[in-house]
Amino acid sequence: MNREKINTTAEMASEHGINREEWETILKILGRKPTYEELGIFSAMWSEHCSYKSSKIHLGKLPTKAEWVLVGPGENAGVVDIGDGLAVAFKMESHNHPSFIEPYQGAATGVGGILRDVFTMGARPVANLNGLFFGEKDYERTTYLVKGVVKGVGDYGNCIGVPNIGGQVTFHKCYNGNILVNAFTLGILKSDRIFKGKAEGVGNPVWYVGSKTGRDGIHGATMASAEFSDETEQKKPTVQVGDPFTEKLLLEACLEIMEKDVIVGIQDMGAAGLTSSSLEMADRAMSGIKIDLSKIPLRQKGMVPYDILLSESQERMLFVAKKGCEDEILKIFKKWNLDAVQIGEVTDTKRAEFYFEGEKVADIPIDGIGENAPKYSRLSKKPSRYDENRALDISHIDDLKNPDKVLLDFIGSLNLCSRKWVYKQYDQSVRTNTVFTSGSDCGVVRIKGTKKAIGMTFDINPRFCYLDPKEGTKLAVAESALNLAVCGIKPLAITDCLNFGNPEKEDVMWEFAQCIEGMKESCEAFETPVVSGNVSFYNETDGVGIFPTPSIAMVGIAEDYEKLVKNKFQDDGDEVLVIGELSGNLDGSLYFSEMMGIEKGKIKEVNLPLHKKLISLLLELSQKKLLKSAHDISDGGLIVAIVESCFGETSSIGVSLDFNSEGKRNDELFFGEAPSRVLISLKKENRKIVENLILEKGMKVTSIGTTGGDRLRVKLNGENFVDVEIRRLRERWENGFDSLFEK
Amino acid sequence: MRATVVEFLGSNCDHDMIYFSKEVLKFKTEVVWYSERDLKNPDVVFLPGGFSYGDYLRPGAMASRTPIMESVIDFAKKGGFILGVCNGFQILCESELLPGALLRNKSLTFICDYVYLKAENCDSPYTKKINKILKIPIAHGDGNYFCKKETLKELKDEGRIAFKYVSPEGNIDEKWNFNGSLESTAGILSKNKRVLGMMPHPERACEKILGSDDGKLIIESLISFAENG
Amino acid sequence: MKGRIYVFLKEEVLDPQGKAIEGALSSLGFKEVKKVRACKYFDIEFDDKDLSNPEKRLEEYAKKLLANEVIENFKVEILTKQDSK
Repeated sequence: MNREKINTTAEMASEHGINREEWETILKILGRKPTYEELGIFSAMWSEHCSYKSSKIHLGKLPTKAEWVLVGPGENAGVVDIGDGLAVAFKMESHNHPSFIEPYQGAATGVGGILRDVFTMGARPVANLNGLFFGEKDYERTTYLVKGVVKGVGDYGNCIGVPNIGGQVTFHKCYNGNILVNAFTLGILKSDRIFKGKAEGVGNPVWYVGSKTGRDGIHGATMASAEFSDETEQKKPTVQVGDPFTEKLLLEACLEIMEKDVIVGIQDMGAAGLTSSSLEMADRAMSGIKIDLSKIPLRQKGMVPYDILLSESQERMLFVAKKGCEDEILKIFKKWNLDAVQIGEVTDTKRAEFYFEGEKVADIPIDGIGENAPKYSRLSKKPSRYDENRALDISHIDDLKNPDKVLLDFIGSLNLCSRKWVYKQYDQSVRTNTVFTSGSDCGVVRIKGTKKAIGMTFDINPRFCYLDPKEGTKLAVAESALNLAVCGIKPLAITDCLNFGNPEKEDVMWEFAQCIEGMKESCEAFETPVVSGNVSFYNETDGVGIFPTPSIAMVGIAEDYEKLVKNKFQDDGDEVLVIGELSGNLDGSLYFSEMMGIEKGKIKEVNLPLHKKLISLLLELSQKKLLKSAHDISDGGLIVAIVESCFGETSSIGVSLDFNSEGKRNDELFFGEAPSRVLISLKKENRKIVENLILEKGMKVTSIGTTGGDRLRVKLNGENFVDVEIRRLRERWENGFDSLFEK
Repeated sequence: MRATVVEFLGSNCDHDMIYFSKEVLKFKTEVVWYSERDLKNPDVVFLPGGFSYGDYLRPGAMASRTPIMESVIDFAKKGGFILGVCNGFQILCESELLPGALLRNKSLTFICDYVYLKAENCDSPYTKKINKILKIPIAHGDGNYFCKKETLKELKDEGRIAFKYVSPEGNIDEKWNFNGSLESTAGILSKNKRVLGMMPHPERACEKILGSDDGKLIIESLISFAENG
Repeated sequence: MKGRIYVFLKEEVLDPQGKAIEGALSSLGFKEVKKVRACKYFDIEFDDKDLSNPEKRLEEYAKKLLANEVIENFKVEILTKQDSK
């Protein structure tokens, strides 16, 4: 095929998203104009997605180290030591934009990508979580997007056989034009068998394995039709289609090959495909890499080097192997029906060289790309709405009068009702490790052959982050730690997925910086460093951005899974107590948002030292096996936590409560929100000992009633206030999702 | 007992079945690959669940046409015990070791949940020790059992319906027949009652920590049958 | 040679997908729709130089793998005689 050399210009660069200043830097790095392929490489590597150019300065502030952190940010996934020679690798990533365009494939390939990031480290994926954020119920595309995304997440994970054991599903109008799909995977590995993305050892062969390369996801806007006039096929970027079957084979083949002593470094071809995987691998090893693009297995005819370099076809891996192990490698991939080909070798030139049909099409100094990558300290400014929002006067709002009806409506509302419609489409029990799944405060898998269990939780309250990004993020980390601790799991580390609007806007950048500040403070307080993560900017349509959504996923450990604590009432006749304040704050509460449409106020700040004491208290209580159940009091406040605790897996347990309002409004008492509060139930005879343990720590505890019967009964200040059948509450709660499909 | 677990490309419950056989049941367990022909002399063959060949074409279709399945069919003809779970059940139907087929769930969605099972006939090798309603998970998109009227009659007359989906109290109820199976059929037996195919996963209900260990009862029945007849 | 194999559920077998489409069409206002049955087809390119009866060969593909005759019927069709290349 005759390929014409394309003369690159600053204008062409600008179409590639490269600004004037960056163009000048490229000219300086190369000492000449880039080839068209090189321009594509710079464009991909310096994109926001790959270079973190707007966020890097802020991300550097986050704590990333601890004695138990084996691999921090910068690799395919973070790795944390869990003792006895074992470790967990985990990461979270967004697939927001693709999921909005094609919800099924977008969500599916999001799951596929994060799975590869984890097994690349040598870890066997054992659990997934998903954070999904959709627009409001009545928005025309919402139902379609919910169905497609849930099926996509489910089909991919189910086929591969990794259980999905939790996450979050949130509906809000701020996501009408920009849904969020945040996918988390955790894998288990031996702490002395961690694989990294390093191209080490001059002369070692570079291998390509997995699906063939097609024109998937190549940046369409950069394709001027004249450049491809000899082509008949359309050059539009195509939707990436996931093939979980191939990924399953890839997963098993990679894990099998990693048991042999042949792999030097390995990396998934994710965003910016071959380009970023090869450059990053060479960069980490401070080596060079030489690749012959003619050797890449292609799916379509007429693909040019530019396409091959930037294709984002799924289910592909790049690895560097020891020389002389070719037969062993081919044998294993053949067993798994996969084609593996040698496409190049490691060099010592510190350059990335790409050839096609004997001709050099790109030759770039690797540190030039890394060191000179743009880094922006973008302007930020507190938006005026921030202070306006803080003023909320509730004195003119009527207090709660007919609590039975309000409670029925509230518990059945879309942001509070059961998520079973979603998670029953996910395989939660495959791999036979699942101890706690969706519906618990955190997901838990046991580790076979040990007594250990790994807990993981996903948390973010976007409404809080909108009202106060710093406190909202601080609280998300604090609540994640609490979600683990109520189950008896000690927090270890977090991964994040920072979803924001356009970083070139000053108020968005302010929100981002505030969130990082909050995350930093909280992570330092709980000694849960950030070991991996992802930033997703430009979640904005027609100038309307999403609420700041810095999703947090926290991972922790329990040494004995027999001591885990459930979040549902277990038996009749148990004592029910509240640790912390009884009433909360209606500012920014779910109750106001969902039932009154008010999203204003000053959210309650979390007292980090007190919260930390609460975490250690809960761990102590679970160690001593003093609790029957424990549930974090958060969305919807005290009464919602109580009702949720009544709903067992198939049957329900009622509860009779009797307490005083201590001068607070009824709605503050029932639905108010505040950090550091936990609902617990226990055997009556353990009440004194538990109360003493709580009081010793300087925390408040109130006994509020007893489990039993089939009704929710609340006596307030000595008078009957609530009396409703649990069966009725449960019906509304279980069927809340129906409202999405009644159109 | 000696067990053999067959692995196909894409099987994802193979590890669970091996763990169940080896660590929970303490069977001497062999693992054979789909391209092999030697079953390694087992007492029982386990066909695991989970998306062989990605469920492409029809679930179980491609796995049923692999070399190892010829040996499995021979093994069945000689009166060997075979348990196929989920995708394993689909493979058994596709290889015609069991009659009927598994269609898409009536909801058209994948369903993962606990189901409750009632043993219909307590004289089969797999059900003789079962004296209670079993709580066992399902996880499938195509578990809607279908067969011809005449076949169903035959299955019923010959006592070959092993399990039905029921309510936790043990009643037949469409509400608890999640996938829409014909007459709530959850598992069926071959003519000699030595081949059992079922959609629910007994290997996922094998330890209390996982929420149920009712699945063990099915194999305990088999052990007792094999030992005492 | 190019051939096509249609595979469809037998009349007596419930087709939940077809039923769902039926409902969806109806709710879009196409009230005249009475029944929808989904079907799949496979386009197959093959070398027919040693085949005396290519149609029969396609039937074998269908019987051996593509259709499950417990629940499905099939129909075969020759699309082009010449090799498309």
